[in-house]
Amino acid sequence: MPEKATADARPILSLKGIGRRFGGLDAVRGVDLEIKPGERRAILGPNGAGKTTLFNLISGEFPPTSGTVHLFGEDVSALPARKRARMGLARTFQTSRLFGGLTVEDNVYLAVLGVRDGHLRPVLNHEDSEMRERAREIATQMGLGEVLDREVAELSHGEQRQLEVAMARATDPKLMLLDEPAAGLSRTERQTLTELLLGLPEDITLVIIEHDMDVALRVATWVTMMYEGQVIAEGTPDEIRANEMVHDLYLGRRHAA
Amino acid sequence: MATSAPEPLSAGIEAPGRLRQPKQVIGGAVAALVAGWLIVKAVGNFGGFLNATLLGLTLAGLYFVVASGFTLIFGLMRTINMAHGSLYLLGGYIAFELQEKLFSDNKGGFELSIGQSSGETQYSTIEWLVPLLIAALAMGVLGVLIYQLLLRWNQGQELRQALITIAVIIIAGDQMLAHFGGVAKDIKLPASWPTSVDIPLIGSFGFFRLTIVLGSAILVGLLLWWMIKRTRFGLITRAGVDDRDMVSALGINIPLVFAAAFFIGSLLAGFGGVLGGSMLSLQPGQDSAFLLNSLVVVIIGGMGSLGGAAVGAVALGLVQAYGASYLVFGGTDLTNYSILLTFGLVVAVLAVRPYGLFGRPA
Ligand SMILES: Nc1ncnc2c1ncn2[C@@H]1O[C@H](COP(=O)(O)OP(=O)(O)O)[C@@H](O)[C@H]1O
Ligand SMILES: [Mg+2]
Repeated sequence: MPEKATADARPILSLKGIGRRFGGLDAVRGVDLEIKPGERRAILGPNGAGKTTLFNLISGEFPPTSGTVHLFGEDVSALPARKRARMGLARTFQTSRLFGGLTVEDNVYLAVLGVRDGHLRPVLNHEDSEMRERAREIATQMGLGEVLDREVAELSHGEQRQLEVAMARATDPKLMLLDEPAAGLSRTERQTLTELLLGLPEDITLVIIEHDMDVALRVATWVTMMYEGQVIAEGTPDEIRANEMVHDLYLGRRHAA
Repeated sequence: MATSAPEPLSAGIEAPGRLRQPKQVIGGAVAALVAGWLIVKAVGNFGGFLNATLLGLTLAGLYFVVASGFTLIFGLMRTINMAHGSLYLLGGYIAFELQEKLFSDNKGGFELSIGQSSGETQYSTIEWLVPLLIAALAMGVLGVLIYQLLLRWNQGQELRQALITIAVIIIAGDQMLAHFGGVAKDIKLPASWPTSVDIPLIGSFGFFRLTIVLGSAILVGLLLWWMIKRTRFGLITRAGVDDRDMVSALGINIPLVFAAAFFIGSLLAGFGGVLGGSMLSLQPGQDSAFLLNSLVVVIIGGMGSLGGAAVGAVALGLVQAYGASYLVFGGTDLTNYSILLTFGLVVAVLAVRPYGLFGRPA
């Protein structure tokens, strides 16, 4: 296998033989995956390949039925999602998971607050103004400076997607998992999002599930291809583009559609 | 099946637009009818009408205190804490018992209380407040225990949680019956407080209801409002109403937040129990009655909404008060059926707004 990142860097995420069964269905089976610090990884695969399930196993939404998850060198297989979030893992969800009744700023503020302490502190203090400042800064970086005080339910779909990335970004994560961030976006919105993703600080490791090749293959430096719960190919974006099997399974189907 | 399927489908697509109008017309007609009837009654005896209105509002105050805790827990956790009414009643009983045991002049039974042959202890304000505080705090702690011991490990399984809390109602109900008996008990008000005040047009009206109950409701409302709008906990609660799992995914310590919600919500149930035990009385069956009241209030107002709980409480209180005074037609006394008005109210609200007045789809 070709070297993809600095050879001596310890993996930031390492999955060993990870699997998850739902009733009679092996949604993910025996996946090994290593992500190095600073990597930009895309995970491709047709619907039902198990990509989202893989994310759920990494973020701790539910435990694996087999295998282990190591995050930042620690075995986190038994840790709940909230503890993994605090270790520096942030994610977005395939279907929007935002607080529609709150403002953009409040949403990002909650993300900042989440990984800190004192969730029940009754009186606001200087820390809160600092967190609010941070929330506004991140939201502005993510192109939401104009809509900070808008209720999220009123945002356009594209803005909501940007907000999700902003919320993941706001926790200063070491590892960010984005589940189809460009789904349902218009061409211009996709371009905006791609630019925003490319503009993320380099020390944030990024794993992105994305159907849209323009987004996925531009952002990623390394691509993992999944099919029926397994990894069936890995390579650079160019290699994946050229891979026959990938073409048949995925790109072919996509272009045929 | 196959042939009949398309028809209901197309009807279903067109229905919202078309059905909405008749529904609102009917709703408007019913509202106009009720308003007209009330105006007739009000013109007939204005003092009596004001009295019924004020009674309704004070009842609403009590319902709001209890239901605001209920809606807080529900909004955040999507868990209907069926035991909320039990916490209400137990809170009242505990305050009653504490007042008797700690402050009654003839405690112990054998102490001779010469000169007080009536046996009626004159309680001071402190002797009302101390049982109140202890009972409310005890219910807050009990709520946290219910959450920690019974509900926490069933997180996300709303049906199971509802069933478990129903079990709590039954067990607690029997235990309270065994311990406190079936006779109604009153928490005694401080002797220094007037029993009633004179209000122009209305005449004499219960002092406690008017000042303490209404005042408490307003205070609780303001405090909760401040908490929800101005604290971290409040923001987390509002976010949790939208998407609880996402709150957790952000790293927020949701078990801690849930425990806090249970503490505050149950404390309010216990506080309500003490108010209710002083204003009305305590007796078996009120646990389910106040669960029902709270359910009605938050269904009318919208689950998880504080403003909704206030509006729902006022609606329920007024309907019950008007029902109790005005359901007499000639010689026929229908006041026993005033509970039907309550359900009529719920049906009417849900017909027009399925998620309650201030509710949003979960
Ligand atoms: N919570 C779940 N319960 C049952 N089956 C699930 C669950 N999540 C995913 N699956 C199933 O697992 C398979 C993989 O799903 P998913 O990981 O969402 O695929 P992808 O994200 O690649 O489209 C699908 O067949 C899906 O129906
Ligand atoms: Mg998916």
